[in-house]
Parts: sequence; structure tokens; C-alpha cells
Amino acid sequence: MIDVENLSVRFRDIEAVKSVSFRVPHGGSLGIVGESGSGKSTILRALAGLNADWTGRMAVDGVPLVPRRDRAFFRRVQMVFQDPYGSLHPRQTVDQALSEPLAVHGIPDGEARVRRALDEVALPGTIRFRYPHQLSGGQRQRVAIARALMTEPEVLLLDEPTSALDVSVQAEILNLLADLQRRRDLTSIMVSHNLAVVAHLCPTIAVMQLGEIVEMLSTDDLRAGRTTHPHTTALRALSVELQES
Amino acid sequence: MSAARPVTWRGWLLTETPSSRRQAAWGRRYRMWLAFSSNPVAMLGLVLTVLLFLCAAAAPLLATHDPAAQDLANRLAKPTAAHWFGTDELGRDVYSRVMYGSRVTLGMVLAVVLTAGPVGLAIGCMAGYFGGWADRVLMRVTDIFLAFPRLILALAFVAAIRPGITSTVAAIALTAWPPIARLARAETLTIRNTDYIAAMRLTGAGPFRIILRHVAPLCLDSLIVRVTLDMSAIILTAAALGFLGMGVQPPSPEWGAMVATARRFILEQWWVPTIPGLAIFVAALAFNLLGDGVRDVLDPKQR
Repeated sequence: MIDVENLSVRFRDIEAVKSVSFRVPHGGSLGIVGESGSGKSTILRALAGLNADWTGRMAVDGVPLVPRRDRAFFRRVQMVFQDPYGSLHPRQTVDQALSEPLAVHGIPDGEARVRRALDEVALPGTIRFRYPHQLSGGQRQRVAIARALMTEPEVLLLDEPTSALDVSVQAEILNLLADLQRRRDLTSIMVSHNLAVVAHLCPTIAVMQLGEIVEMLSTDDLRAGRTTHPHTTALRALSVELQES
Repeated sequence: MSAARPVTWRGWLLTETPSSRRQAAWGRRYRMWLAFSSNPVAMLGLVLTVLLFLCAAAAPLLATHDPAAQDLANRLAKPTAAHWFGTDELGRDVYSRVMYGSRVTLGMVLAVVLTAGPVGLAIGCMAGYFGGWADRVLMRVTDIFLAFPRLILALAFVAAIRPGITSTVAAIALTAWPPIARLARAETLTIRNTDYIAAMRLTGAGPFRIILRHVAPLCLDSLIVRVTLDMSAIILTAAALGFLGMGVQPPSPEWGAMVATARRFILEQWWVPTIPGLAIFVAALAFNLLGDGVRDVLDPKQR
């Protein structure tokens, strides 16, 4: 479903992503982990069309991607951002936020769709006309997820969707995402610096360091400790240490 | 659970769980009004503004004299029962002229604000949002307009066309938009790279839809304050143009021109320039207070 070959992204004189290749099958889900600044979010932004300065080859469902995406692309590929406090327009109610994608794509029957979307992410209908600042962090992230799903995309890009949330809320959001992925048959890429979070959702994991993918392995291998690259081993050790403490 | 549906219209408006978009929208408006009306300073601004516009609308009813009728035997008279605010250097009734002048002055201010505001906002938002060469071109044009002394540019413009209310409005609007554009650009720069704008781009919305619906509303706050502060300056620029013979032509009454022509009597017959000056002051203050109040209620976080 998603093919990325030799993707490189430059910011002026820094090469943030260096010739990265991977593929995600239809209905599959890839986790990308790495430290801050390893280029993992940059890959997502290039894939989503938010950053046009890339070279290499990217394709979604066999269709090669160009730097300028058309509207049909945004109907199929959507993204959830890291910070739920920053990804919702401060002056728009939940209803307006969810109706906007429908208005852009001319999808009819908005009223019912908004209600169904709120239902799907387990938000009460009472928050429909609230502003973001009247919601909790977890509720906001649910709204952001609902917004991403309004156009019924096939691909969902998740940029650290839980890292700005409380631990208890993190679990809820992760379960919601796992649930949605199964129900909607979504293909997804999830970026995180937290191995445990990624392992919860993705069967395959790519480990990044300084703009390169240093290792690709399955979650089972990771759990069993069958890592080959020292960076993966270090990340895993840190994760285990954190969980045990 | 209280099964009783809210029966009063107030309850319907203020319910925490509106059942339709219409109800939510009206509830929002009502809440805004409640917030606005609980701010006494803003209410003072609203009352003054309404009164000013009533004066302008009802000028023929309120005026006691013909604003252009001269009475040279009775020039520069003190305020009396016949002439409430006295008479000017040609014996015209100052009170009637102030009433009629509100039409010209308020009309000009509104026209300038309604042209310069949207133009400045559009140019600033576009420059800030697109960046790159669009930003450079638009901002250099803005700088050129900013670099010219306001009055000289307006003068040149009016002289090139012909003096009158329309060209005065156009000239002042021409000089009023650049600061607004600069402000809107600065605001846009802080907004354009936020995640919520990125999310809007991901919906597939075009840049103009994003600017209009998502960027511009956030620039409005500082813009409203700036514009209301500018209103008194607009009145004074109009007066200066009138004084130089390039603005509103006599005998049509205009507050700024009234102050300007009566300046030389300020020591002996102080009321002649003071009364229209007070009118300018009250109008500027009213717009300012109103703008400040409106800005406060526009931000949903403040409610």
C-alpha cells in the first residue's frame, strides 16, 4: 500500500532523512522509533505532503506521489499530530473542526456523519459544540482522530499520537487506534520514541538513528530480544528498564 | 435526571448540550452578548456609538438651524438658548453643523475602515501565508506606501483626482492599509506553521480557503484594536485635507474641517473649535471602547 524508496529530505544544509526505504502492505502497520531528531516525523510529513523538499520515490497504492498533492490524495491519506493542544483550531468548535473536511470534499450528509464520527471515537455528543480549550487532552486527541477519519481515508499517519498525554489516557487512545485500525482496515504508520507504544500497535518496527533506518524487525523479535543493531538493543534495554522501575 | 426540557428561551440558549447547529450558534451569540454586556466600559462604547449614529441619521430632526445659513451680524457668538453651541466665524449655528457633520465624518470613517481593513488584512495574510516571493513583493509595496508621509500621499492622490468626499475617502484608505497589512502579516507568520493549519492543509483545502476561514479570523483581534485606534487619526487626516482645500468642500460641515478653520479663535472664542473637537474625541473614544469590547468577546477562551 505504501512504498517508499530512497527517500531523502533536506533542511538547508542538514540531511534529516538519508535514503530511507520501506513498504507497508495493505492493512498493515509500521512503527518507526528513534530518538528526537532522528528524522522519523520528517518522513511522515514528507509522506503527508506537508514538506515538498524531498527526493526519492514514494507511492500510495501504486500511485507515485508528487510534491504537490491533489485533493483526492488528502481524501485517502490523513494524519494525526503529536500535540492535541496545537492541532485543533482554537476558535472552532468540535463540530466545525469535523465538518471542515466534509465541506472541502463536498461530502453530503454532514450532520449525521459528524454524529457518527463522535460516536466512533467514543466521545459524548454533548461536546459537539465545545471549543478545544473546554476539552481534556485525551478528548482533544479523540477529536483529532475523528477529524482524520472524516474523509474515510485508507492510510493513517500517526505522529506520536500519545506522547503528549497522561499514561492512563495513552492506553485509551492506543486501544482506540488499534480498534479503528481493525474495524476500518486502515494501513498505518506510527512514529514514536516509545518502543512499548509502537509495539502495542504495530507488528513491524523500523528503528531510526540520525536519519537512517538502522534496523527493521518484527515486534515478536523485539520482545524476545533478537535485535541485531546496537542502537535497537540500547533502546530496548532503556524501555525494559523504564517498565521495570 | 431532570427530564424537563428547558422551556424558557434563555434556557434554550444557554443549555450546555445544544441539540442542533442553529441552537449552538444562537447560544454562542447570546453568550457573547452576555459577556459583552457585563463589560460596562464596552457597553459605554456601544451606547455612545449608537447615539452617534442616531445623531447622524436624525440630523435634520435634531438640528435647530440650517447648517449652511450664515448670519454675519451674529458671528462667533457665545452659546445661548438660540444657538446652543454658539456660532462660528460666518455666524452659522455650531450645534446644527456638528449634527450634520456627524453624517459626513462618521460616513468617511466607516468608508475608510471598510475599505482599508479588508484590503490590509487580505494583503497581510497572503504575504504571511505564502511567504517567498509573494511575501517580498507584497511587503515591498507596503513599505513604499508606509515610507511616504501619510498626508503628502493623500494630498497627491486627491490633487490627481478632484477634491471631494469620495476622493478623500480613497486617499485616506490608500494610506491606512499598510500598517494593517504589516500587523496581519506578523500575526499570520505565528499562525502559519501551527499544527492546526497543517491539519487544514491535510484536509485538501486550498490556500485561499485556509486564509479566509482559518487564518484571517485569528488576525482580527489585533486588527480591531488597531483600526479603532486609527479612527481618530482618520478623522484628523480628513480634517487636514479639508484644511488644505483638498478634502470635504465648504460649506458642507465636517468636524475636522470645523476644528481646522476655527483654530485661530481658540484663545478668544474657545467654544468654536472646542465643540467639534469634543465630537471627534467622543467618536474616537466610543469606537475604541467598542472595539476593545468586541475583541474581548471574540476570543472564546475569555468566556
